[in-house]
Amino acid sequence: MNGWLRQDGRKGIRNTVIVAYLVECAHFVASKIVSGFPEEDVQLIGFPGCYPNEYAARMMDRLCTHPNVGAVLFVSLGCESFDKVRASEAVSASGRPVKTLVIQKAGGTASTVQMGRDWVRGALAEVAEVPRARMGVDELVIGTVCGGSDGTSGISGNPAAGKAFDLLVGEGAACIFEETGELIGCEEIMAARAVTPELGRALRDSVQKAERYYATLGYGSFAAGNAAGGLSTIEEKSLGAYVKSGDSPISGLIKPGDVPPRGGLYLMDVVPDGDVRFGFPNISDNAEIVEMIASGAHLSLFVTGRGSVVGSAISPVIKICANPQTYRNLAEDMDVNAGDIIEGKRSIEEVGREIRDLVVAVAGGALTKSEALGHREFILTYKSFEPIGPACLPAA
Amino acid sequence: MTDTAPKPGSAMRGPFLLLSPSDNVLVARERAPEGTEVPLEGGAVMLARPIPLAHKIARHDIAAGDRILKYGMPIGIATEAIPAGAHVHVHNIRSAYTPTHMLQDADGLSAGVAQ
Repeated sequence: MNGWLRQDGRKGIRNTVIVAYLVECAHFVASKIVSGFPEEDVQLIGFPGCYPNEYAARMMDRLCTHPNVGAVLFVSLGCESFDKVRASEAVSASGRPVKTLVIQKAGGTASTVQMGRDWVRGALAEVAEVPRARMGVDELVIGTVCGGSDGTSGISGNPAAGKAFDLLVGEGAACIFEETGELIGCEEIMAARAVTPELGRALRDSVQKAERYYATLGYGSFAAGNAAGGLSTIEEKSLGAYVKSGDSPISGLIKPGDVPPRGGLYLMDVVPDGDVRFGFPNISDNAEIVEMIASGAHLSLFVTGRGSVVGSAISPVIKICANPQTYRNLAEDMDVNAGDIIEGKRSIEEVGREIRDLVVAVAGGALTKSEALGHREFILTYKSFEPIGPACLPAA
Repeated sequence: MTDTAPKPGSAMRGPFLLLSPSDNVLVARERAPEGTEVPLEGGAVMLARPIPLAHKIARHDIAAGDRILKYGMPIGIATEAIPAGAHVHVHNIRSAYTPTHMLQDADGLSAGVAQ
């Protein structure tokens, strides 16, 4: 593997130019800038809200200085609350080309699109000069998420992803699993895997926080399709989801934007702290993927039973299909057929090794199915978090 | 081929899997048509309705209030008596945590959904 070497020493597996709108009112103009580059790696992200949010600002910093990102163009309407000066300074300090266009000052839609495309053209030439450097598996950060789960997810796709995580953690990679709302019922067995008793307590507390949060909202992290696919309760879904963490010891508990300090297995706590304020913790799967990318994930493993087709901006998504019927129906969107396990054609170990090998191939430049199809989904909304406590990242 | 899925200790009961020795449910590894004969410890039963892929049936008679065990872990509580071989799902078990939300036509039981 050869990564793009960034100023902070991290290496990227992609070299993307990001165009980021800072309020929904600038979304259209930003997307028009991106649409001028159908053959180049230019991608759209953004934050829709007009009111300030510390979490969103921190997420945007982390995303725009992600190792897979080479340059950033911010598109502002002009009157929104997002602190674009501070955001631009953060990107500039990371050694990346950055530019901010303000539509109200630039003369409107057409002229901003023109100026934006001119800048992106220059940025593409600049990022092409970023030096490459050899990159090992121990420099990778890998996230895992499951979406559109059904009764097959916990039998085939998630155990295979867990096996891949065991192999990757063994090679020194940092692996992140998440969605504490989908670990309800697993808190005791999970706490027993923590590297210290204090971390075990923090893991248990994070799931109890999720339970309280979802109880207030009146719904668990459970969609109608989960029931149609044979899952009856949140704890049944949780146990199926939990196995994608594999069998490694749990080295730490992080929150969105915290980058794992070294290799190992980490739980990401995605449920906001404090009173319920901004609604559901993660309104769709891509919100979870974005949070893992903000914590440095170079790529994500996405296990689906019902059949999701999404990819992501910034970091590639490897889709693992747990359900053999779904795989036959949606093969063009799936990278790995874990349904073979259900049908007795391959073992969990064999599929787990295929996933590990695919991670290395994608890190080396191979395109995932969703990447090749052009999927670049992105969503970022309001949340609020307290910093993690001292027990969450025990010294190695 | 090495060990086939899912887990050590899993065993076949016709088209159904026992995931853990202590479980009181079996999981369908393919869609099982109505009338399928399933060998259970208490004797063979005939399925009263088709069971979709990855749905569950009772391994033996389950009393109302009993914990449902899958992967050797509790996944809910029986809300009524469930006879051996019957479909175990949202209509006869509940979460010990938060209620399950579903659409009327998406519970895997209604016509057209189970295919």
